[in-house]
Amino acid sequence: MSLLKLSHVSAFYGPSQALFDVHLSIDEGEVLALMGRNGMGKTTTVKVICRMLHNRGGKVLFDGQDMAGMPSYRAARAGLGLVPEGRRCFPNLTVHENLIAAARPGPWDMRAVADLFPQLEERRSQMALSLSGGEQQMLAIGRALMTNPRLLVLDEATEGLAPVVRQEIWAAIARLKREGGMSLMVIDKSLRELRGIADSAVILDKGRSVWHGAIGELTSDVTDRHLGV
Amino acid sequence: MRAETILNAALLAMLVAVALWAWTADEPFIITLVTKVAIFAIAGIGLNLALGLGGLVSLGHAAFFGIGGYAMGILASHAQSYTPLMEWPLLVEGTKSMPVIWLVAILAGALTALVIGALSLRTTGVYFIMITLAFGQMFYYFAISWPAYGGEDGLPIYVRNGFPGLNTLDPIQYFALCFAVMCAVLLLVARIAASPFGLALSGARQNPQRVQAVGLVPYRLFLVAFTISGAITALSGALYADLNRFVSPTMFSWQTSGEIMIFVILGGVGRLFGPVAGAALFIALEHVLGGLSEFWHIYLGALLLVVVLFARGGLIGLVAGREVAHD
Repeated sequence: MSLLKLSHVSAFYGPSQALFDVHLSIDEGEVLALMGRNGMGKTTTVKVICRMLHNRGGKVLFDGQDMAGMPSYRAARAGLGLVPEGRRCFPNLTVHENLIAAARPGPWDMRAVADLFPQLEERRSQMALSLSGGEQQMLAIGRALMTNPRLLVLDEATEGLAPVVRQEIWAAIARLKREGGMSLMVIDKSLRELRGIADSAVILDKGRSVWHGAIGELTSDVTDRHLGV
Repeated sequence: MRAETILNAALLAMLVAVALWAWTADEPFIITLVTKVAIFAIAGIGLNLALGLGGLVSLGHAAFFGIGGYAMGILASHAQSYTPLMEWPLLVEGTKSMPVIWLVAILAGALTALVIGALSLRTTGVYFIMITLAFGQMFYYFAISWPAYGGEDGLPIYVRNGFPGLNTLDPIQYFALCFAVMCAVLLLVARIAASPFGLALSGARQNPQRVQAVGLVPYRLFLVAFTISGAITALSGALYADLNRFVSPTMFSWQTSGEIMIFVILGGVGRLFGPVAGAALFIALEHVLGGLSEFWHIYLGALLLVVVLFARGGLIGLVAGREVAHD
Protein backbone atom coordinates (compact mmCIF):
# COMPACT_ATOMS: atom_id res chain seq x y z
CA MET A 1 0.00 0.00 0.00
CA SER A 2 1.26 3.48 -0.87
CA LEU A 3 2.14 5.83 1.98
CA LEU A 4 0.67 8.76 0.02
CA LYS A 5 -1.70 8.48 -2.91
CA LEU A 6 -3.34 11.28 -4.87
CA SER A 7 -5.94 10.23 -7.40
CA HIS A 8 -7.98 12.47 -9.72
CA VAL A 9 -7.14 15.49 -7.54
CA SER A 10 -8.42 18.91 -8.57
CA ALA A 11 -7.91 22.13 -6.60
CA PHE A 12 -8.95 25.74 -6.94
CA TYR A 13 -7.84 29.17 -5.75
CA GLY A 14 -11.25 30.83 -5.51
CA PRO A 15 -12.84 30.40 -8.94
CA SER A 16 -9.51 29.58 -10.68
CA GLN A 17 -8.70 25.93 -11.12
CA ALA A 18 -5.02 25.19 -10.45
CA LEU A 19 -4.91 21.38 -10.47
CA PHE A 20 -6.73 19.08 -12.90
CA ASP A 21 -6.84 15.33 -12.35
CA VAL A 22 -3.46 14.97 -10.60
CA HIS A 23 -2.23 11.47 -9.77
CA LEU A 24 0.80 10.45 -7.77
CA SER A 25 1.83 7.91 -5.17
CA ILE A 26 4.80 7.40 -2.85
CA ASP A 27 5.70 4.17 -1.09
CA GLU A 28 7.42 3.82 2.30
CA GLY A 29 11.09 4.78 1.95
CA GLU A 30 10.67 5.97 -1.64
CA VAL A 31 12.06 9.27 -2.95
CA LEU A 32 9.77 10.95 -5.46
CA ALA A 33 10.78 13.94 -7.59
CA LEU A 34 7.93 16.30 -8.40
CA MET A 35 8.91 18.29 -11.45
CA GLY A 36 7.50 20.92 -13.73
CA ARG A 37 8.18 24.40 -15.04
CA ASN A 38 7.23 27.47 -12.98
CA GLY A 39 3.50 27.88 -12.39
CA MET A 40 2.59 24.30 -13.34
CA GLY A 41 1.12 23.41 -9.93
CA LYS A 42 3.99 21.91 -7.91
CA THR A 43 3.55 24.12 -4.85
CA THR A 44 -0.24 23.84 -5.14
CA THR A 45 0.14 20.05 -5.05
CA VAL A 46 2.30 20.40 -1.93
CA LYS A 47 -0.35 22.62 -0.34
CA VAL A 48 -3.02 20.01 -1.09
CA ILE A 49 -0.87 17.23 0.36
CA CYS A 50 -0.16 19.24 3.53
CA ARG A 51 -3.83 20.32 3.73
CA MET A 52 -3.12 24.03 3.41
CA LEU A 53 -5.44 23.90 0.42
CA HIS A 54 -8.29 21.42 0.23
CA ASN A 55 -8.91 19.52 -2.99
CA ARG A 56 -12.39 19.87 -4.45
CA GLY A 57 -12.22 16.70 -6.48
CA GLY A 58 -10.41 13.39 -6.19
CA LYS A 59 -8.84 11.76 -3.14
CA VAL A 60 -5.75 12.26 -1.03
CA LEU A 61 -4.91 9.19 1.03
CA PHE A 62 -2.10 9.13 3.60
CA ASP A 63 -1.34 5.72 5.03
CA GLY A 64 -4.73 4.63 3.74
CA GLN A 65 -6.55 7.42 5.55
CA ASP A 66 -8.69 9.83 3.52
CA MET A 67 -7.47 13.35 4.28
CA ALA A 68 -10.67 15.10 3.18
CA GLY A 69 -11.43 18.00 5.52
CA MET A 70 -8.33 17.32 7.60
CA PRO A 71 -6.69 20.53 8.92
CA SER A 72 -2.98 21.01 8.27
CA TYR A 73 -1.95 20.45 11.90
CA ARG A 74 -3.58 16.99 11.81
CA ALA A 75 -1.73 16.18 8.58
CA ALA A 76 1.53 17.21 10.26
CA ARG A 77 0.72 15.05 13.29
CA ALA A 78 -0.11 12.14 11.00
CA GLY A 79 3.46 12.28 9.73
CA LEU A 80 3.67 14.87 6.96
CA GLY A 81 6.69 17.13 7.33
CA LEU A 82 7.07 20.20 5.12
CA VAL A 83 10.10 22.28 4.25
CA PRO A 84 8.26 25.17 2.61
CA GLU A 85 9.38 27.16 -0.38
CA GLY A 86 11.27 30.26 0.77
CA ARG A 87 12.51 28.55 3.97
CA ARG A 88 10.22 30.44 6.35
CA CYS A 89 11.75 29.85 9.76
CA PHE A 90 10.44 31.76 12.76
CA PRO A 91 12.68 34.81 12.34
CA ASN A 92 12.55 36.06 15.92
CA LEU A 93 13.39 32.75 17.56
CA THR A 94 16.90 31.38 17.89
CA VAL A 95 18.06 28.28 16.01
CA HIS A 96 17.60 26.16 19.14
CA GLU A 97 14.14 27.64 19.81
CA ASN A 98 13.04 27.09 16.20
CA LEU A 99 13.96 23.43 16.52
CA ILE A 100 12.39 22.66 19.89
CA ALA A 101 9.19 24.64 19.26
CA ALA A 102 7.91 21.95 16.91
CA ALA A 103 9.67 18.87 18.29
CA ARG A 104 7.84 15.56 18.61
CA PRO A 105 9.27 12.33 20.01
CA GLY A 106 11.19 10.09 17.64
CA PRO A 107 14.65 9.36 16.28
CA TRP A 108 15.11 12.91 15.01
CA ASP A 109 16.15 14.98 18.01
CA MET A 110 18.56 17.88 18.58
CA ARG A 111 21.57 15.58 18.45
CA ALA A 112 20.54 13.94 15.17
CA VAL A 113 19.83 17.32 13.54
CA ALA A 114 23.15 18.71 14.78
CA ASP A 115 24.86 15.66 13.34
CA LEU A 116 23.23 16.29 9.95
CA PHE A 117 23.89 20.06 10.02
CA PRO A 118 26.82 20.89 12.35
CA GLN A 119 26.47 24.57 11.35
CA LEU A 120 23.18 24.73 13.24
CA GLU A 121 24.83 23.55 16.45
CA GLU A 122 27.44 26.32 16.08
CA ARG A 123 24.66 28.89 15.65
CA ARG A 124 22.21 27.51 18.20
CA SER A 125 21.83 30.82 20.11
CA GLN A 126 21.64 32.97 16.99
CA MET A 127 18.35 34.43 15.77
CA ALA A 128 17.02 32.75 12.65
CA LEU A 129 16.71 36.07 10.82
CA SER A 130 20.45 36.64 11.17
CA LEU A 131 21.37 33.34 9.46
CA SER A 132 22.54 33.09 5.87
CA GLY A 133 20.14 31.69 3.27
CA GLY A 134 21.82 28.29 3.36
CA GLU A 135 21.73 28.13 7.15
CA GLN A 136 18.06 29.12 7.14
CA GLN A 137 17.39 26.30 4.69
CA MET A 138 19.22 23.85 6.95
CA LEU A 139 17.15 25.14 9.87
CA ALA A 140 13.92 24.70 7.89
CA ILE A 141 14.89 21.09 7.11
CA GLY A 142 15.98 20.51 10.71
CA ARG A 143 12.71 21.92 12.03
CA ALA A 144 10.69 19.64 9.77
CA LEU A 145 12.83 16.65 10.83
CA MET A 146 12.22 17.44 14.51
CA THR A 147 8.54 16.64 13.91
CA ASN A 148 9.72 13.10 13.03
CA PRO A 149 7.71 12.83 9.80
CA ARG A 150 7.03 9.70 7.80
CA LEU A 151 7.01 11.73 4.59
CA LEU A 152 9.20 14.81 4.24
CA VAL A 153 8.23 17.24 1.49
CA LEU A 154 11.03 19.55 0.36
CA ASP A 155 9.68 22.38 -1.78
CA GLU A 156 12.49 24.06 -3.77
CA ALA A 157 14.98 23.40 -0.97
CA THR A 158 18.00 24.59 -2.97
CA GLU A 159 16.41 27.58 -4.68
CA GLY A 160 18.43 30.81 -4.50
CA LEU A 161 21.42 29.25 -2.74
CA ALA A 162 25.10 29.47 -3.69
CA PRO A 163 26.39 26.37 -5.55
CA VAL A 164 28.52 25.21 -2.63
CA VAL A 165 25.58 25.48 -0.22
CA ARG A 166 23.32 23.66 -2.69
CA GLN A 167 25.79 20.78 -2.69
CA GLU A 168 25.58 20.65 1.11
CA ILE A 169 21.78 20.52 0.97
CA TRP A 170 21.83 17.79 -1.70
CA ALA A 171 24.32 15.82 0.38
CA ALA A 172 21.99 16.12 3.38
CA ILE A 173 19.01 14.96 1.29
CA ALA A 174 21.06 11.99 0.04
CA ARG A 175 21.91 11.13 3.63
CA LEU A 176 18.25 11.35 4.60
CA LYS A 177 17.52 8.86 1.84
CA ARG A 178 20.22 6.52 3.10
CA GLU A 179 19.59 6.80 6.85
CA GLY A 180 16.41 8.77 7.41
CA GLY A 181 13.95 5.88 7.33
CA MET A 182 11.33 8.14 5.74
CA SER A 183 9.83 8.82 2.35
CA LEU A 184 10.84 12.00 0.57
CA MET A 185 9.12 14.18 -1.98
CA VAL A 186 11.62 16.56 -3.56
CA ILE A 187 10.56 19.49 -5.69
CA ASP A 188 13.47 21.04 -7.54
CA LYS A 189 14.53 22.29 -10.94
CA SER A 190 17.90 20.53 -10.96
CA LEU A 191 17.22 17.45 -13.06
CA ARG A 192 20.80 16.25 -12.72
CA GLU A 193 20.63 16.18 -8.91
CA LEU A 194 17.15 14.66 -8.91
CA ARG A 195 18.28 11.85 -11.18
CA GLY A 196 20.96 11.02 -8.61
CA ILE A 197 18.57 10.88 -5.66
CA ALA A 198 14.99 10.08 -6.69
CA ASP A 199 13.53 6.64 -7.32
CA SER A 200 10.55 7.89 -9.28
CA ALA A 201 9.23 11.11 -10.76
CA VAL A 202 6.00 12.88 -11.55
CA ILE A 203 5.88 15.76 -14.03
CA LEU A 204 3.20 18.41 -13.80
CA ASP A 205 2.24 20.48 -16.82
CA LYS A 206 -0.50 23.13 -16.67
CA GLY A 207 -1.84 21.62 -13.44
CA ARG A 208 -2.00 18.03 -14.73
CA SER A 209 0.25 15.07 -14.00
CA VAL A 210 1.46 14.28 -17.49
CA TRP A 211 4.18 11.73 -16.78
CA HIS A 212 5.05 9.38 -13.95
CA GLY A 213 7.40 6.45 -13.66
CA ALA A 214 10.85 5.42 -12.52
CA ILE A 215 13.29 8.30 -12.86
CA GLY A 216 15.63 6.12 -14.89
CA GLU A 217 12.93 5.91 -17.56
CA LEU A 218 12.75 9.68 -17.94
CA THR A 219 13.86 10.34 -21.50
CA SER A 220 15.19 13.56 -22.98
CA ASP A 221 12.13 13.63 -25.22
CA VAL A 222 9.88 13.90 -22.13
CA THR A 223 12.04 16.46 -20.37
CA ASP A 224 12.29 18.55 -23.56
CA ARG A 225 8.54 18.54 -23.97
CA HIS A 226 7.46 19.19 -20.36
CA LEU A 227 10.42 20.75 -18.58
CA GLY A 228 12.04 22.69 -21.43
CA VAL A 229 15.52 21.31 -20.65
CA MET B 1 26.25 39.68 31.43
CA ARG B 2 23.61 41.07 29.08
CA ALA B 3 22.60 44.71 29.52
CA GLU B 4 18.97 43.68 29.90
CA THR B 5 19.75 41.27 32.75
CA ILE B 6 21.62 44.04 34.58
CA LEU B 7 18.76 46.47 33.95
CA ASN B 8 16.22 43.93 35.22
CA ALA B 9 18.21 43.36 38.41
CA ALA B 10 18.58 47.14 38.84
CA LEU B 11 14.81 47.57 38.50
CA LEU B 12 14.14 45.01 41.23
CA ALA B 13 16.85 46.52 43.46
CA MET B 14 15.42 50.00 42.91
CA LEU B 15 11.92 48.93 43.98
CA VAL B 16 13.30 47.32 47.15
CA ALA B 17 15.59 50.29 47.85
CA VAL B 18 12.78 52.84 47.53
CA ALA B 19 10.53 50.76 49.80
CA LEU B 20 13.28 50.35 52.42
CA TRP B 21 14.16 54.06 52.28
CA ALA B 22 10.49 54.98 52.72
CA TRP B 23 10.24 52.55 55.64
CA THR B 24 13.24 54.01 57.44
CA ALA B 25 12.08 57.57 56.65
CA ASP B 26 8.58 56.69 57.90
CA GLU B 27 6.90 57.48 54.58
CA PRO B 28 4.06 54.93 54.31
CA PHE B 29 2.60 56.74 51.32
CA ILE B 30 5.76 56.06 49.29
CA ILE B 31 5.63 52.39 50.35
CA THR B 32 2.04 52.27 49.09
CA LEU B 33 3.18 53.75 45.77
CA VAL B 34 5.91 51.11 45.36
CA THR B 35 3.42 48.40 46.33
CA LYS B 36 1.12 49.75 43.63
CA VAL B 37 4.00 49.45 41.15
CA ALA B 38 4.47 45.78 42.05
CA ILE B 39 0.73 45.07 41.74
CA PHE B 40 0.32 46.93 38.43
CA ALA B 41 3.44 45.18 37.18
CA ILE B 42 1.78 41.81 37.86
CA ALA B 43 -1.26 42.92 35.83
CA GLY B 44 1.07 44.04 33.04
CA ILE B 45 3.06 40.80 33.14
CA GLY B 46 -0.23 38.96 32.71
CA LEU B 47 -1.20 41.05 29.68
CA ASN B 48 2.35 40.86 28.29
CA LEU B 49 2.06 37.07 28.10
CA ALA B 50 -0.90 37.45 25.73
CA LEU B 51 0.27 40.61 23.98
CA GLY B 52 4.03 40.22 23.86
CA LEU B 53 4.32 36.48 23.29
CA GLY B 54 1.00 35.83 21.57
CA GLY B 55 0.42 39.18 19.83
CA LEU B 56 -3.12 39.31 21.29
CA VAL B 57 -4.13 42.96 21.67
CA SER B 58 -6.69 42.63 24.43
CA LEU B 59 -8.65 45.67 25.60
CA GLY B 60 -10.60 43.53 28.05
CA HIS B 61 -8.02 42.66 30.68
CA ALA B 62 -9.82 44.95 33.13
CA ALA B 63 -12.43 42.16 33.29
CA PHE B 64 -9.87 39.84 34.90
CA PHE B 65 -8.44 42.61 37.08
CA GLY B 66 -11.96 43.37 38.33
CA ILE B 67 -12.83 39.70 38.82
CA GLY B 68 -9.77 39.33 41.05
CA GLY B 69 -10.82 42.46 42.94
CA TYR B 70 -14.41 41.30 43.39
CA ALA B 71 -13.28 37.79 44.38
CA MET B 72 -11.45 39.44 47.25
CA GLY B 73 -14.27 41.90 47.99
CA ILE B 74 -17.06 39.33 48.00
CA LEU B 75 -15.21 36.74 50.11
CA ALA B 76 -13.94 39.32 52.59
CA SER B 77 -17.29 41.14 52.91
CA HIS B 78 -19.06 37.88 53.78
CA ALA B 79 -16.33 37.04 56.29
CA GLN B 80 -16.55 40.45 57.98
CA SER B 81 -20.37 40.32 58.15
CA TYR B 82 -20.36 36.67 59.29
CA THR B 83 -22.84 35.75 56.57
CA PRO B 84 -22.31 32.75 54.33
CA LEU B 85 -21.69 33.25 50.61
CA MET B 86 -24.21 30.50 49.88
CA GLU B 87 -26.05 27.92 51.95
CA TRP B 88 -27.41 25.57 49.29
CA PRO B 89 -26.38 23.09 47.89
CA LEU B 90 -23.17 23.66 49.86
CA LEU B 91 -22.42 25.96 52.73
CA VAL B 92 -19.74 28.37 51.50
CA GLU B 93 -18.39 30.90 53.97
CA GLY B 94 -16.44 34.06 53.25
CA THR B 95 -12.77 34.25 54.16
CA LYS B 96 -10.14 36.75 55.23
CA SER B 97 -7.28 34.50 54.21
CA MET B 98 -5.23 35.88 51.31
CA PRO B 99 -4.01 32.52 49.97
CA VAL B 100 -7.60 31.27 49.69
CA ILE B 101 -8.72 34.55 48.10
CA TRP B 102 -5.82 34.41 45.63
CA LEU B 103 -6.71 30.85 44.68
CA VAL B 104 -10.35 31.84 44.07
CA ALA B 105 -9.25 34.93 42.11
CA ILE B 106 -6.85 32.89 39.95
CA LEU B 107 -9.46 30.21 39.24
CA ALA B 108 -12.22 32.74 38.52
CA GLY B 109 -9.88 34.78 36.29
CA ALA B 110 -8.70 31.71 34.42
CA LEU B 111 -12.22 30.40 33.89
CA THR B 112 -13.47 33.79 32.66
CA ALA B 113 -10.46 34.16 30.37
CA LEU B 114 -11.06 30.67 29.02
CA VAL B 115 -14.66 31.52 28.11
CA ILE B 116 -13.87 35.01 26.75
CA GLY B 117 -10.83 33.67 24.89
CA ALA B 118 -12.72 30.72 23.41
CA LEU B 119 -15.17 33.16 21.83
CA SER B 120 -12.85 36.11 21.06
CA LEU B 121 -10.00 34.10 19.55
CA ARG B 122 -12.25 33.03 16.70
CA THR B 123 -11.63 36.56 15.43
CA THR B 124 -8.41 38.46 14.81
CA GLY B 125 -7.17 42.03 14.54
CA VAL B 126 -9.57 44.85 15.24
CA TYR B 127 -12.49 42.44 15.82
CA PHE B 128 -10.54 40.71 18.61
CA ILE B 129 -9.84 44.10 20.20
CA MET B 130 -13.50 45.10 20.02
CA ILE B 131 -14.83 41.79 21.38
CA THR B 132 -12.47 41.82 24.36
CA LEU B 133 -13.41 45.45 24.99
CA ALA B 134 -17.10 44.51 24.84
CA PHE B 135 -16.62 41.69 27.37
CA GLY B 136 -14.79 44.08 29.71
CA GLN B 137 -17.63 46.59 29.48
CA MET B 138 -20.21 43.86 30.11
CA PHE B 139 -18.54 43.12 33.45
CA TYR B 140 -18.33 46.85 34.20
CA TYR B 141 -22.06 47.41 33.72
CA PHE B 142 -22.88 44.18 35.55
CA ALA B 143 -20.86 45.36 38.59
CA ILE B 144 -22.60 48.76 38.51
CA SER B 145 -26.01 47.12 38.56
CA TRP B 146 -25.22 44.58 41.29
CA PRO B 147 -26.45 46.25 44.52
CA ALA B 148 -25.68 43.22 46.70
CA TYR B 149 -21.98 44.10 46.42
CA GLY B 150 -22.13 47.87 46.44
CA GLY B 151 -23.24 48.58 42.89
CA GLU B 152 -21.87 51.85 41.59
CA ASP B 153 -20.52 52.83 45.04
CA GLY B 154 -18.26 49.83 45.33
CA LEU B 155 -17.54 47.64 48.31
CA PRO B 156 -15.34 48.69 51.24
CA ILE B 157 -13.39 46.11 53.25
CA TYR B 158 -12.55 47.45 56.68
CA VAL B 159 -9.52 45.35 57.56
CA ARG B 160 -6.91 44.06 55.12
CA ASN B 161 -6.99 40.29 54.69
CA GLY B 162 -4.40 38.16 56.44
CA PHE B 163 -1.43 36.14 55.28
CA PRO B 164 0.10 33.48 57.56
CA GLY B 165 3.17 34.80 59.39
CA LEU B 166 2.77 38.42 58.22
CA ASN B 167 1.11 41.56 59.51
CA THR B 168 -0.39 42.71 56.22
CA LEU B 169 -1.56 45.97 57.80
CA ASP B 170 2.08 46.99 58.04
CA PRO B 171 2.79 48.69 54.67
CA ILE B 172 6.35 47.33 54.34
CA GLN B 173 5.19 43.77 55.01
CA TYR B 174 2.40 44.07 52.46
CA PHE B 175 4.92 45.49 49.97
CA ALA B 176 7.23 42.51 50.64
CA LEU B 177 4.35 40.15 49.98
CA CYS B 178 3.33 41.84 46.71
CA PHE B 179 6.98 42.05 45.62
CA ALA B 180 7.45 38.33 46.28
CA VAL B 181 4.31 37.52 44.27
CA MET B 182 5.60 39.74 41.44
CA CYS B 183 8.95 37.89 41.43
CA ALA B 184 7.17 34.53 41.42
CA VAL B 185 5.00 35.64 38.48
CA LEU B 186 8.09 36.91 36.61
CA LEU B 187 9.77 33.56 37.16
CA LEU B 188 6.68 31.68 35.98
CA VAL B 189 6.34 33.78 32.81
CA ALA B 190 10.08 33.45 32.08
CA ARG B 191 9.73 29.66 32.33
CA ILE B 192 6.65 29.71 30.10
CA ALA B 193 8.40 31.89 27.49
CA ALA B 194 11.39 29.51 27.33
CA SER B 195 9.26 26.33 27.23
CA PRO B 196 8.28 24.61 23.97
CA PHE B 197 4.78 26.00 24.55
CA GLY B 198 6.09 29.57 24.82
CA LEU B 199 8.26 29.16 21.74
CA ALA B 200 5.37 27.70 19.76
CA LEU B 201 3.20 30.60 20.95
CA SER B 202 5.83 33.05 19.76
CA GLY B 203 5.97 31.17 16.45
CA ALA B 204 2.18 31.32 16.16
CA ARG B 205 2.34 35.09 16.65
CA GLN B 206 4.91 35.36 13.85
CA ASN B 207 3.07 33.05 11.45
CA PRO B 208 0.06 30.93 12.47
CA GLN B 209 0.04 28.98 9.17
CA ARG B 210 3.64 27.91 9.58
CA VAL B 211 2.91 26.67 13.10
CA GLN B 212 0.02 24.58 11.78
CA ALA B 213 2.34 23.05 9.19
CA VAL B 214 4.43 21.58 12.00
CA GLY B 215 1.41 20.09 13.74
CA LEU B 216 0.51 22.77 16.27
CA VAL B 217 -2.85 24.50 16.65
CA PRO B 218 -2.52 28.31 16.99
CA TYR B 219 -6.05 28.68 18.45
CA ARG B 220 -5.21 26.33 21.34
CA LEU B 221 -1.84 28.00 21.95
CA PHE B 222 -3.49 31.44 22.05
CA LEU B 223 -6.31 30.18 24.28
CA VAL B 224 -3.94 28.67 26.86
CA ALA B 225 -1.86 31.87 26.86
CA PHE B 226 -4.97 34.03 27.21
CA THR B 227 -6.23 31.88 30.11
CA ILE B 228 -2.93 32.06 32.01
CA SER B 229 -2.79 35.77 31.26
CA GLY B 230 -6.29 36.28 32.70
CA ALA B 231 -5.41 34.29 35.83
CA ILE B 232 -2.30 36.41 36.50
CA THR B 233 -4.21 39.66 35.95
CA ALA B 234 -6.96 38.47 38.32
CA LEU B 235 -4.34 37.80 41.00
CA SER B 236 -3.12 41.38 40.65
CA GLY B 237 -6.73 42.57 40.98
CA ALA B 238 -7.09 40.72 44.31
CA LEU B 239 -3.85 42.32 45.57
CA TYR B 240 -4.94 45.77 44.40
CA ALA B 241 -8.31 45.48 46.13
CA ASP B 242 -6.52 44.46 49.33
CA LEU B 243 -4.13 47.40 49.02
CA ASN B 244 -7.04 49.85 48.83
CA ARG B 245 -9.36 47.79 51.03
CA PHE B 246 -11.97 48.75 48.51
CA VAL B 247 -13.32 47.33 45.28
CA SER B 248 -15.44 49.22 42.75
CA PRO B 249 -16.70 48.84 39.17
CA THR B 250 -13.84 51.14 38.05
CA MET B 251 -11.59 48.09 38.18
CA PHE B 252 -13.62 46.72 35.25
CA SER B 253 -13.59 49.94 33.18
CA TRP B 254 -11.95 50.17 29.76
CA GLN B 255 -9.62 52.85 31.14
CA THR B 256 -8.16 50.19 33.43
CA SER B 257 -7.56 47.92 30.40
CA GLY B 258 -5.91 50.87 28.67
CA GLU B 259 -3.69 51.59 31.67
CA ILE B 260 -2.53 47.96 31.88
CA MET B 261 -1.66 48.16 28.18
CA ILE B 262 0.19 51.43 28.77
CA PHE B 263 2.39 49.73 31.43
CA VAL B 264 3.33 47.11 28.85
CA ILE B 265 3.95 49.56 25.98
CA LEU B 266 5.92 52.04 28.12
CA GLY B 267 8.14 49.29 29.52
CA GLY B 268 8.49 47.27 26.31
CA VAL B 269 6.08 44.81 24.68
CA GLY B 270 7.36 41.24 24.92
CA ARG B 271 10.16 42.16 27.33
CA LEU B 272 9.91 40.19 30.58
CA PHE B 273 10.53 43.19 32.84
CA GLY B 274 8.76 45.64 30.52
CA PRO B 275 5.61 45.86 32.67
CA VAL B 276 7.72 46.41 35.82
CA ALA B 277 9.51 49.35 34.19
CA GLY B 278 6.25 50.60 32.65
CA ALA B 279 4.31 50.45 35.92
CA ALA B 280 7.15 52.20 37.79
CA LEU B 281 7.29 54.97 35.19
CA PHE B 282 3.50 55.32 35.16
CA ILE B 283 3.24 55.62 38.95
CA ALA B 284 6.21 58.03 39.05
CA LEU B 285 4.60 60.23 36.37
CA GLU B 286 1.22 60.07 38.10
CA HIS B 287 2.83 61.12 41.38
CA VAL B 288 5.18 63.82 40.04
CA LEU B 289 3.16 65.26 37.15
CA GLY B 290 -0.14 64.70 38.94
CA GLY B 291 1.11 67.05 41.64
CA LEU B 292 1.79 69.76 39.05
CA SER B 293 -1.37 69.51 37.00
CA GLU B 294 -4.58 67.56 37.08
CA PHE B 295 -4.22 67.20 33.30
CA TRP B 296 -1.08 65.10 33.65
CA HIS B 297 -2.49 62.51 31.23
CA ILE B 298 -1.65 64.94 28.40
CA TYR B 299 2.05 64.48 29.21
CA LEU B 300 1.55 60.73 29.51
CA GLY B 301 -0.07 60.72 26.06
CA ALA B 302 2.86 62.66 24.61
CA LEU B 303 5.32 60.21 26.19
CA LEU B 304 3.36 57.26 24.84
CA LEU B 305 3.51 58.80 21.36
CA VAL B 306 7.28 59.21 21.65
CA VAL B 307 7.69 55.58 22.80
CA VAL B 308 5.48 54.19 20.02
CA LEU B 309 7.17 56.30 17.33
CA PHE B 310 10.81 56.20 18.41
CA ALA B 311 11.32 53.49 21.05
CA ARG B 312 9.35 50.41 20.03
CA GLY B 313 11.16 48.33 22.65
CA GLY B 314 9.88 50.70 25.36
CA LEU B 315 11.98 51.77 28.30
CA ILE B 316 13.77 48.41 28.47
CA GLY B 317 14.56 48.49 24.75
CA LEU B 318 15.79 52.07 25.01
CA VAL B 319 18.27 51.29 27.77
CA ALA B 320 19.20 47.67 26.99
CA GLY B 321 18.95 47.80 23.21
CA ARG B 322 17.32 45.32 20.85
CA GLU B 323 16.53 41.99 22.43
CA VAL B 324 18.76 39.06 21.56
CA ALA B 325 16.34 36.18 21.77
CA HIS B 326 12.91 37.62 21.05
CA ASP B 327 11.45 40.61 19.28
